[in-house]
Amino acid sequence: MYQLLKQIVRNGIRTEPPPQPDAALRNVAQRLEDAMLRELGRALVIRHVDAGSCNGCELEIHALGNAYYNLEALGIKFAASPRHADMLLVTGPVAKNMEIAVKRAWEATPEPKLVVAVGDCGCTGGIFGESYASCGRVSNVIPVDVEVPGCPPTPFALMQGILTAIQPTGA
Amino acid sequence: MRFLDQPIEFAVLPGALPAACGEVDAAQLAAFCEALPEAGGRFVSLWGTDERDRGRGFDLHVAFTTREGLACLRLALPAENPTYPDLSGRFPAAARLQRALFDMLGMRAEGADERGWLRHANWPADFFPLRRDADAALRFDAASEPYPFVRVEGEGVHEIPVGPIHAGTIEPGHFRFSIVGEKVLRLEERFGYKHKGIARRFRSLPLAEGHRLAGRVSGDSTVAFAWAYCQAAESACGCEPPEQALWLRALLLERERIANHLGDIGAIANDAAFSFGLAQFMRLKEDWLRANQAAFGHRYLMDCVVPGGLARDLAPGAAEAIARQCDAIEREVRVLKGIYDEHAGLQDRFLTAGRLVPRLAAALGVGGLAGRASAQSWDLRVDIASPPYDKLGVNMTTHRNGDVAARVTVRFEEVFESLRLIREILARMPGGTALARLPEAAEGAFGAGWIEGWRGPVLVALEAGAAGAIRSCHCHDPSWENWPAIEHCIMGNIVPDFPLINKSFNLSYAGPDL
Repeated sequence: MYQLLKQIVRNGIRTEPPPQPDAALRNVAQRLEDAMLRELGRALVIRHVDAGSCNGCELEIHALGNAYYNLEALGIKFAASPRHADMLLVTGPVAKNMEIAVKRAWEATPEPKLVVAVGDCGCTGGIFGESYASCGRVSNVIPVDVEVPGCPPTPFALMQGILTAIQPTGA
Repeated sequence: MRFLDQPIEFAVLPGALPAACGEVDAAQLAAFCEALPEAGGRFVSLWGTDERDRGRGFDLHVAFTTREGLACLRLALPAENPTYPDLSGRFPAAARLQRALFDMLGMRAEGADERGWLRHANWPADFFPLRRDADAALRFDAASEPYPFVRVEGEGVHEIPVGPIHAGTIEPGHFRFSIVGEKVLRLEERFGYKHKGIARRFRSLPLAEGHRLAGRVSGDSTVAFAWAYCQAAESACGCEPPEQALWLRALLLERERIANHLGDIGAIANDAAFSFGLAQFMRLKEDWLRANQAAFGHRYLMDCVVPGGLARDLAPGAAEAIARQCDAIEREVRVLKGIYDEHAGLQDRFLTAGRLVPRLAAALGVGGLAGRASAQSWDLRVDIASPPYDKLGVNMTTHRNGDVAARVTVRFEEVFESLRLIREILARMPGGTALARLPEAAEGAFGAGWIEGWRGPVLVALEAGAAGAIRSCHCHDPSWENWPAIEHCIMGNIVPDFPLINKSFNLSYAGPDL
């Protein structure tokens, strides 16, 4: 126990300041009202959906929880069910074999809801493109509010995309 | 070249990997399969190609290994009704590959499981995407149809369906648990959800650019797949990458191994409710990834390994920074290993959980770190030791217990060994350049690449097309042979231990789904 506590104290607090929102990441005009976004922005719950990624974006989403980015300190956390979520964070081109599951997850998410498409694949279909097996970009399957490019996007870019989605435009 | 004293004429492939190809008939294939296990060899992978545009039928390709190298056997099948003998009786790892092969090319293993693997009713049953006459422009409506899972019956038995979307930040797949009380009686896996047509996509890329797609088969193994692809492409093109490039590739591969082990050692502890471990190891992993960014311009080292060598040299001053960081990380990991080892609650969860005994691991053909944790002493860095590993002398770690604790131990030891290798590589880095020109491959030239990634051996086999194109490219992730092991080693464990056991393997969904 002594070693464990020593390790925690020795490392101290590593959290770095979060990024500012960037309106250029918007895919569509703001769909939710500012009043609603002010509520969501104080306690946002995200459901991650891997729609067919290479797993690279998932590594960076995991990194959001590490001490440097510390996403939970901003009042943002991940939930196990879309029914508990305000936002879907969707990675990958949407694999044809995931199309129905992605639509169901979106339908299961209660209104008002936000969708952030993650990575070059989520934004454009990326290197996999569209084919018999791939529906391409996320917005081909469900409505998308914000797109975060990158292969994979850094945790910093992911945070920026998430914060952009919940930024009231009048603020 | 001969393998196992079989009467098969093998042609040796040029390049870094000791590999050979040979044509066989069904009887020769059967005799080879018969002789292989006795000689201590293993099944590696199988795939198919459509050769009807050359006035033939279909080819079945089966790759095996003995400790000497890789043997690729080719069996010609007729254009009408292309069936071949079922290999899954002798090599269980072939079962799912055979089902996938039917979905892609319509080549059927006689008498084997006929359920679809990659095809989930989302394209028609008579559409075989890898056939040369399959129209790439076709799009189909999504559909769902019931999948015949094997049912377990008896008093108090019920099923828990999980997925394809899982409860955490994890890749999609379906697990069907049959349980009584908390105890798992049976687990059946169903995958293919991430299938996005990678094999077909390769055919629209130039050979000189396929490494980018190969590096995205499984994002956590981008260096292993890109290196295997480049090894295959360089073999097909007759290109010899500079010595420095090989040493730099090994540096990247060991960095990828450590990055994944650091993340997983933390996440495994988290699944045993020891979140301290996750917090500490994720911090170390972040430091590690930032050093990748500083030295190579990418946190996960994507697109660094290219045909002919390496896309960029080490950034100035990066060697010293990396060596210093290795010392710092090693000190930290040793402290944390001490905390893990002394933590009674953690060890109580680790020990005996998800036990894969050596005999079963051998029968299933389990490879990579999961195999080594169950006494399967295979590691390409030792067995084949293509440059620069022939000069590095890798110490392989094995364990006999095959439980979560054994897999954690192997991971810790591999972190320490890879840290040693990185320091050694930096100290002995040869001078010169890191990139050679890639000549164009002759049409029909075949190449194979085989690299020990962090999860296990990664195979890429490709054939060059006309004018610098790719005619076919098969990527094999070690998760193919390792996933069935989880179905076995979960039996008798309790449901809440599944995430822990699963994470101790941390297999890929994207890799085999392709």
